[in-house]
Amino acid sequence: MSGKLTLISSATASGASNVSFTSGIDSTYDEYLFFFVNLNPSVTLLEFGFQVNASGQSGFNETITSTTWLAEHSEADATGLEYRTSEDQANGTAYQPFQLNTSNDSDSGISGSMSLFNPSSTTFVKHFYINTNAMGINAGNSSSCNYFVSGYINTTSAITEIDFKPPSGTFDGNIYMYGVS
Amino acid sequence: MSDWKLLNTSTASGASSVEFTSLTGYKIFKFVFIDVNPATDGEALQFQVNASGQTGFNETMTTTMFKSYHYESGSYSGLVYETDHDQAQGTAYQKLTTSIGSDSDECGAGELFLFNPASTTYVKHFYARANQYASAVYSGDVFTAGYINVTAAITGIDFKMSSGNLDAVIKQYGLVAT
Repeated sequence: MSGKLTLISSATASGASNVSFTSGIDSTYDEYLFFFVNLNPSVTLLEFGFQVNASGQSGFNETITSTTWLAEHSEADATGLEYRTSEDQANGTAYQPFQLNTSNDSDSGISGSMSLFNPSSTTFVKHFYINTNAMGINAGNSSSCNYFVSGYINTTSAITEIDFKPPSGTFDGNIYMYGVS
Repeated sequence: MSDWKLLNTSTASGASSVEFTSLTGYKIFKFVFIDVNPATDGEALQFQVNASGQTGFNETMTTTMFKSYHYESGSYSGLVYETDHDQAQGTAYQKLTTSIGSDSDECGAGELFLFNPASTTYVKHFYARANQYASAVYSGDVFTAGYINVTAAITGIDFKMSSGNLDAVIKQYGLVAT
Protein backbone atom coordinates (compact mmCIF):
# COMPACT_ATOMS: atom_id res chain seq x y z
CA MET A 1 0.00 0.00 0.00
CA SER A 2 1.81 3.09 -1.18
CA GLY A 3 1.24 6.42 -2.80
CA LYS A 4 -0.36 9.61 -1.69
CA LEU A 5 -3.98 9.30 -0.56
CA THR A 6 -6.63 11.88 -1.34
CA LEU A 7 -9.98 11.58 0.37
CA ILE A 8 -12.65 11.73 -2.32
CA SER A 9 -15.75 10.89 -0.36
CA SER A 10 -16.89 9.35 2.89
CA ALA A 11 -20.14 7.91 4.16
CA THR A 12 -21.40 7.47 7.67
CA ALA A 13 -24.05 4.79 7.74
CA SER A 14 -26.59 4.81 10.54
CA GLY A 15 -29.32 2.28 10.04
CA ALA A 16 -28.60 2.30 6.30
CA SER A 17 -29.49 -0.57 3.98
CA ASN A 18 -26.56 0.27 1.70
CA VAL A 19 -23.87 2.82 0.94
CA SER A 20 -23.21 3.81 -2.66
CA PHE A 21 -20.48 5.97 -4.12
CA THR A 22 -21.98 7.26 -7.36
CA SER A 23 -19.48 9.97 -8.19
CA GLY A 24 -15.75 10.40 -7.96
CA ILE A 25 -14.78 7.12 -9.61
CA ASP A 26 -13.20 8.23 -12.84
CA SER A 27 -9.87 8.55 -14.63
CA THR A 28 -8.38 10.88 -12.01
CA TYR A 29 -6.75 7.97 -10.18
CA ASP A 30 -5.36 4.61 -11.25
CA GLU A 31 -6.13 3.12 -7.86
CA TYR A 32 -8.99 3.64 -5.43
CA LEU A 33 -8.69 2.62 -1.81
CA PHE A 34 -11.71 2.08 0.44
CA PHE A 35 -11.48 1.79 4.20
CA PHE A 36 -14.24 0.18 6.26
CA VAL A 37 -14.44 1.11 9.94
CA ASN A 38 -16.77 -0.70 12.34
CA LEU A 39 -19.45 -1.87 9.89
CA ASN A 40 -21.98 -3.18 12.39
CA PRO A 41 -24.96 -5.05 10.84
CA SER A 42 -28.43 -5.20 12.31
CA VAL A 43 -28.83 -8.86 11.31
CA THR A 44 -26.34 -11.47 12.45
CA LEU A 45 -24.57 -14.16 10.41
CA LEU A 46 -24.64 -12.35 7.08
CA GLU A 47 -22.18 -11.92 4.24
CA PHE A 48 -21.43 -8.22 3.81
CA GLY A 49 -20.52 -7.48 0.19
CA PHE A 50 -20.04 -5.07 -2.70
CA GLN A 51 -21.00 -4.73 -6.34
CA VAL A 52 -20.32 -2.17 -9.05
CA ASN A 53 -22.05 -0.56 -11.97
CA ALA A 54 -20.37 -0.05 -15.31
CA SER A 55 -20.82 2.92 -17.58
CA GLY A 56 -23.89 2.55 -19.76
CA GLN A 57 -25.35 -0.20 -17.60
CA SER A 58 -27.98 -0.15 -14.90
CA GLY A 59 -27.86 -1.75 -11.49
CA PHE A 60 -25.06 -3.21 -9.39
CA ASN A 61 -24.68 -6.49 -11.19
CA GLU A 62 -21.41 -6.68 -13.10
CA THR A 63 -19.74 -10.00 -13.78
CA ILE A 64 -17.07 -10.99 -11.26
CA THR A 65 -14.62 -13.86 -11.00
CA SER A 66 -13.10 -13.99 -7.53
CA THR A 67 -11.27 -15.98 -4.89
CA THR A 68 -12.16 -15.99 -1.19
CA TRP A 69 -10.31 -17.45 1.77
CA LEU A 70 -9.99 -16.84 5.48
CA ALA A 71 -8.19 -17.47 8.73
CA GLU A 72 -10.35 -17.67 11.83
CA HIS A 73 -9.99 -18.31 15.51
CA SER A 74 -12.89 -18.53 17.91
CA GLU A 75 -12.85 -17.38 21.48
CA ALA A 76 -13.38 -21.08 22.29
CA ASP A 77 -10.03 -21.78 20.53
CA ALA A 78 -11.20 -23.40 17.26
CA THR A 79 -9.00 -22.41 14.32
CA GLY A 80 -9.19 -22.61 10.56
CA LEU A 81 -7.38 -21.56 7.40
CA GLU A 82 -9.45 -22.38 4.36
CA TYR A 83 -10.46 -21.51 0.84
CA ARG A 84 -14.13 -20.53 0.74
CA THR A 85 -16.02 -22.06 -2.17
CA SER A 86 -19.31 -20.66 -0.87
CA GLU A 87 -18.42 -17.03 -1.42
CA ASP A 88 -16.22 -17.00 -4.50
CA GLN A 89 -17.70 -16.32 -7.92
CA ALA A 90 -17.05 -17.68 -11.41
CA ASN A 91 -18.39 -15.03 -13.71
CA GLY A 92 -21.17 -14.37 -11.23
CA THR A 93 -23.16 -11.18 -10.88
CA ALA A 94 -23.96 -11.38 -7.17
CA TYR A 95 -22.70 -9.01 -4.54
CA GLN A 96 -19.17 -10.14 -3.70
CA PRO A 97 -18.92 -11.03 0.01
CA PHE A 98 -15.95 -9.73 1.95
CA GLN A 99 -16.93 -11.20 5.32
CA LEU A 100 -19.29 -13.87 6.53
CA ASN A 101 -21.20 -14.75 9.67
CA THR A 102 -20.57 -11.32 11.16
CA SER A 103 -21.99 -10.81 14.61
CA ASN A 104 -24.51 -8.03 15.19
CA ASP A 105 -23.49 -7.59 18.82
CA SER A 106 -23.29 -3.93 19.73
CA ASP A 107 -19.48 -4.01 19.97
CA SER A 108 -18.95 -6.13 16.85
CA GLY A 109 -18.45 -5.38 13.18
CA ILE A 110 -16.07 -5.32 10.23
CA SER A 111 -12.99 -3.20 9.57
CA GLY A 112 -10.64 -3.40 6.62
CA SER A 113 -9.72 -2.09 3.20
CA MET A 114 -10.33 -2.64 -0.50
CA SER A 115 -8.14 -1.68 -3.43
CA LEU A 116 -9.76 -1.21 -6.85
CA PHE A 117 -7.42 -0.75 -9.77
CA ASN A 118 -7.96 1.47 -12.80
CA PRO A 119 -11.76 1.38 -12.79
CA SER A 120 -12.03 3.86 -15.66
CA SER A 121 -10.14 1.66 -18.10
CA THR A 122 -12.04 0.84 -21.27
CA THR A 123 -9.44 -1.75 -22.26
CA PHE A 124 -8.90 -4.00 -19.27
CA VAL A 125 -10.91 -5.94 -16.71
CA LYS A 126 -10.85 -4.33 -13.25
CA HIS A 127 -8.82 -5.97 -10.51
CA PHE A 128 -9.53 -5.66 -6.81
CA TYR A 129 -8.46 -7.13 -3.51
CA ILE A 130 -9.84 -6.86 0.00
CA ASN A 131 -8.61 -7.64 3.51
CA THR A 132 -11.00 -7.40 6.44
CA ASN A 133 -11.17 -8.50 10.02
CA ALA A 134 -14.43 -9.03 11.87
CA MET A 135 -15.94 -10.44 14.98
CA GLY A 136 -17.96 -13.28 13.54
CA ILE A 137 -19.79 -16.29 14.89
CA ASN A 138 -18.28 -19.77 14.53
CA ALA A 139 -20.17 -22.73 16.02
CA GLY A 140 -21.97 -20.38 18.36
CA ASN A 141 -18.82 -18.69 19.60
CA SER A 142 -17.48 -15.24 18.86
CA SER A 143 -14.60 -15.55 16.44
CA SER A 144 -11.94 -13.41 14.82
CA CYS A 145 -12.29 -13.80 11.06
CA ASN A 146 -9.54 -12.46 8.77
CA TYR A 147 -11.11 -12.60 5.32
CA PHE A 148 -9.36 -12.15 1.97
CA VAL A 149 -11.01 -11.52 -1.39
CA SER A 150 -9.42 -10.92 -4.74
CA GLY A 151 -10.71 -10.94 -8.25
CA TYR A 152 -11.59 -9.06 -11.36
CA ILE A 153 -14.72 -7.40 -12.64
CA ASN A 154 -15.00 -8.92 -16.05
CA THR A 155 -15.88 -5.90 -18.09
CA THR A 156 -13.93 -3.51 -20.25
CA SER A 157 -16.44 -0.75 -19.65
CA ALA A 158 -15.50 1.90 -17.10
CA ILE A 159 -16.71 1.32 -13.56
CA THR A 160 -18.43 4.44 -12.30
CA GLU A 161 -20.30 3.38 -9.17
CA ILE A 162 -19.85 1.01 -6.25
CA ASP A 163 -22.29 -0.20 -3.63
CA PHE A 164 -21.73 -1.84 -0.24
CA LYS A 165 -24.41 -3.64 1.77
CA PRO A 166 -25.40 -6.68 3.77
CA PRO A 167 -27.90 -9.00 2.03
CA SER A 168 -30.63 -7.94 4.44
CA GLY A 169 -31.16 -5.55 7.29
CA THR A 170 -29.23 -2.38 7.88
CA PHE A 171 -25.85 -1.36 9.24
CA ASP A 172 -23.91 1.38 10.97
CA GLY A 173 -20.33 2.35 10.20
CA ASN A 174 -17.96 4.45 8.14
CA ILE A 175 -16.66 3.92 4.61
CA TYR A 176 -13.97 6.18 3.15
CA MET A 177 -13.03 6.36 -0.53
CA TYR A 178 -9.52 7.53 -1.39
CA GLY A 179 -7.71 8.10 -4.62
CA VAL A 180 -4.12 6.86 -4.71
CA SER A 181 -1.58 8.86 -6.67
CA MET B 1 -4.85 17.01 4.12
CA SER B 2 -6.26 13.54 3.80
CA ASP B 3 -3.13 11.49 3.28
CA TRP B 4 -1.48 9.35 5.93
CA LYS B 5 -0.01 11.69 8.54
CA LEU B 6 3.32 10.69 10.03
CA LEU B 7 2.79 11.14 13.76
CA ASN B 8 5.84 9.61 15.36
CA THR B 9 9.07 7.86 14.46
CA SER B 10 10.95 5.78 16.99
CA THR B 11 14.44 4.54 16.27
CA ALA B 12 15.31 1.73 18.66
CA SER B 13 18.91 0.72 19.27
CA GLY B 14 19.26 -2.04 21.78
CA ALA B 15 15.89 -1.10 23.24
CA SER B 16 13.75 -3.42 25.33
CA SER B 17 10.52 -1.97 23.90
CA VAL B 18 9.04 0.80 21.78
CA GLU B 19 5.93 2.48 23.08
CA PHE B 20 3.49 4.94 21.50
CA THR B 21 1.22 6.73 23.93
CA SER B 22 -1.04 8.75 21.64
CA LEU B 23 -3.81 6.86 19.84
CA THR B 24 -6.37 9.61 19.46
CA GLY B 25 -7.24 12.05 16.71
CA TYR B 26 -7.52 9.52 13.87
CA LYS B 27 -9.86 6.68 12.89
CA ILE B 28 -7.13 4.48 11.42
CA PHE B 29 -3.53 4.05 12.53
CA LYS B 30 -0.74 2.37 10.64
CA PHE B 31 2.51 1.27 12.24
CA VAL B 32 5.35 0.52 9.87
CA PHE B 33 8.17 -1.50 11.37
CA ILE B 34 11.42 -1.53 9.44
CA ASP B 35 14.61 -3.55 9.87
CA VAL B 36 13.59 -5.19 13.12
CA ASN B 37 16.79 -6.91 14.22
CA PRO B 38 16.60 -8.84 17.50
CA ALA B 39 19.51 -9.17 19.90
CA THR B 40 18.50 -12.79 20.50
CA ASP B 41 18.30 -15.20 17.59
CA GLY B 42 14.88 -16.58 16.71
CA GLU B 43 12.72 -14.16 18.65
CA ALA B 44 9.45 -12.61 17.45
CA LEU B 45 8.30 -9.02 17.20
CA GLN B 46 5.10 -8.65 19.19
CA PHE B 47 2.72 -5.99 20.49
CA GLN B 48 0.18 -5.31 23.20
CA VAL B 49 -2.02 -2.36 24.13
CA ASN B 50 -3.31 -0.60 27.20
CA ALA B 51 -6.91 0.50 27.55
CA SER B 52 -8.12 3.65 29.25
CA GLY B 53 -8.47 3.18 32.98
CA GLN B 54 -6.32 0.06 32.98
CA THR B 55 -2.68 -0.52 33.83
CA GLY B 56 -0.15 -2.46 31.84
CA PHE B 57 -0.08 -3.89 28.33
CA ASN B 58 -2.38 -6.84 28.84
CA GLU B 59 -5.72 -6.41 27.05
CA THR B 60 -7.76 -9.41 25.91
CA MET B 61 -7.36 -10.45 22.27
CA THR B 62 -8.67 -13.09 19.91
CA THR B 63 -6.35 -13.41 16.94
CA THR B 64 -5.26 -15.42 13.90
CA MET B 65 -1.85 -15.95 12.40
CA PHE B 66 -0.72 -17.79 9.30
CA LYS B 67 2.32 -17.63 7.10
CA SER B 68 3.77 -18.76 3.84
CA TYR B 69 7.43 -19.69 3.86
CA HIS B 70 10.27 -20.75 1.61
CA TYR B 71 13.72 -21.84 2.75
CA GLU B 72 16.84 -20.53 1.06
CA SER B 73 17.82 -24.14 0.52
CA GLY B 74 14.68 -24.63 -1.52
CA SER B 75 13.95 -27.73 0.52
CA TYR B 76 10.80 -26.52 2.21
CA SER B 77 7.92 -24.24 1.37
CA GLY B 78 4.31 -24.00 2.34
CA LEU B 79 1.34 -22.23 3.86
CA VAL B 80 0.51 -22.95 7.51
CA TYR B 81 -1.80 -21.72 10.24
CA GLU B 82 0.27 -20.89 13.33
CA THR B 83 -1.61 -22.37 16.29
CA ASP B 84 1.28 -21.56 18.62
CA HIS B 85 1.11 -17.85 17.90
CA ASP B 86 -2.61 -17.00 17.88
CA GLN B 87 -4.70 -16.16 20.93
CA ALA B 88 -8.23 -17.05 22.08
CA GLN B 89 -9.14 -14.40 24.62
CA GLY B 90 -5.51 -14.20 25.67
CA THR B 91 -3.73 -11.28 27.29
CA ALA B 92 -0.21 -12.03 26.08
CA TYR B 93 1.72 -9.89 23.65
CA GLN B 94 0.54 -10.77 20.13
CA LYS B 95 3.30 -11.89 17.80
CA LEU B 96 3.61 -10.20 14.41
CA THR B 97 6.42 -12.48 13.23
CA THR B 98 7.56 -15.91 14.33
CA SER B 99 11.33 -16.10 14.58
CA ILE B 100 13.59 -13.37 13.22
CA GLY B 101 17.29 -14.09 12.82
CA SER B 102 19.78 -12.00 14.78
CA ASP B 103 22.66 -11.91 12.30
CA SER B 104 23.62 -8.40 11.32
CA ASP B 105 21.76 -8.57 8.00
CA GLU B 106 18.72 -10.45 9.29
CA CYS B 107 15.52 -8.64 10.19
CA GLY B 108 11.79 -8.34 9.80
CA ALA B 109 9.60 -5.61 8.33
CA GLY B 110 5.93 -4.96 7.86
CA GLU B 111 2.80 -2.97 8.64
CA LEU B 112 0.16 -3.11 11.37
CA PHE B 113 -3.24 -1.44 10.86
CA LEU B 114 -5.34 -0.60 13.92
CA PHE B 115 -8.93 0.59 13.49
CA ASN B 116 -10.71 3.17 15.62
CA PRO B 117 -8.78 2.63 18.88
CA ALA B 118 -10.53 5.59 20.54
CA SER B 119 -13.95 3.99 20.18
CA THR B 120 -15.84 3.34 23.38
CA THR B 121 -18.46 1.26 21.54
CA TYR B 122 -16.63 -1.34 19.46
CA VAL B 123 -13.91 -3.93 19.87
CA LYS B 124 -10.70 -2.86 18.12
CA HIS B 125 -9.83 -4.63 14.87
CA PHE B 126 -6.31 -4.93 13.56
CA TYR B 127 -4.38 -6.75 10.87
CA ALA B 128 -0.74 -6.95 9.96
CA ARG B 129 1.54 -8.37 7.32
CA ALA B 130 5.25 -8.84 7.82
CA ASN B 131 8.12 -10.53 6.11
CA GLN B 132 10.90 -12.03 8.16
CA TYR B 133 14.35 -13.39 7.51
CA ALA B 134 13.84 -16.29 9.87
CA SER B 135 16.54 -17.70 12.09
CA ALA B 136 16.04 -21.01 10.28
CA VAL B 137 17.03 -19.21 7.07
CA TYR B 138 13.77 -18.81 5.24
CA SER B 139 11.56 -16.02 4.01
CA GLY B 140 8.35 -15.96 6.02
CA ASP B 141 5.32 -13.92 4.95
CA VAL B 142 3.32 -13.60 8.17
CA PHE B 143 -0.35 -12.50 8.33
CA THR B 144 -1.78 -11.59 11.73
CA ALA B 145 -5.24 -10.25 12.52
CA GLY B 146 -7.77 -10.07 15.28
CA TYR B 147 -9.66 -7.91 17.68
CA ILE B 148 -8.82 -6.45 21.03
CA ASN B 149 -11.90 -7.47 22.94
CA VAL B 150 -12.51 -4.30 24.89
CA THR B 151 -14.85 -1.37 24.32
CA ALA B 152 -12.70 1.02 26.34
CA ALA B 153 -10.47 3.33 24.33
CA ILE B 154 -6.96 2.13 23.62
CA THR B 155 -4.46 4.68 24.85
CA GLY B 156 -1.08 3.04 24.33
CA ILE B 157 0.66 0.41 22.24
CA ASP B 158 3.92 -1.33 22.98
CA PHE B 159 6.23 -3.28 20.67
CA LYS B 160 8.96 -5.60 21.88
CA MET B 161 10.70 -8.86 21.08
CA SER B 162 9.52 -12.09 22.68
CA SER B 163 12.88 -12.02 24.47
CA GLY B 164 15.83 -9.67 24.46
CA ASN B 165 16.32 -6.25 22.92
CA LEU B 166 15.81 -4.94 19.43
CA ASP B 167 17.05 -2.51 16.85
CA ALA B 168 14.31 -1.13 14.62
CA VAL B 169 12.60 1.88 13.17
CA ILE B 170 8.88 2.02 13.92
CA LYS B 171 6.70 4.75 12.44
CA GLN B 172 3.19 5.68 13.47
CA TYR B 173 0.79 7.14 10.91
CA GLY B 174 -2.79 8.38 11.22
CA LEU B 175 -5.59 8.52 8.64
CA VAL B 176 -9.03 10.14 8.85
CA ALA B 177 -8.68 12.90 11.39
CA THR B 178 -11.47 12.96 13.96
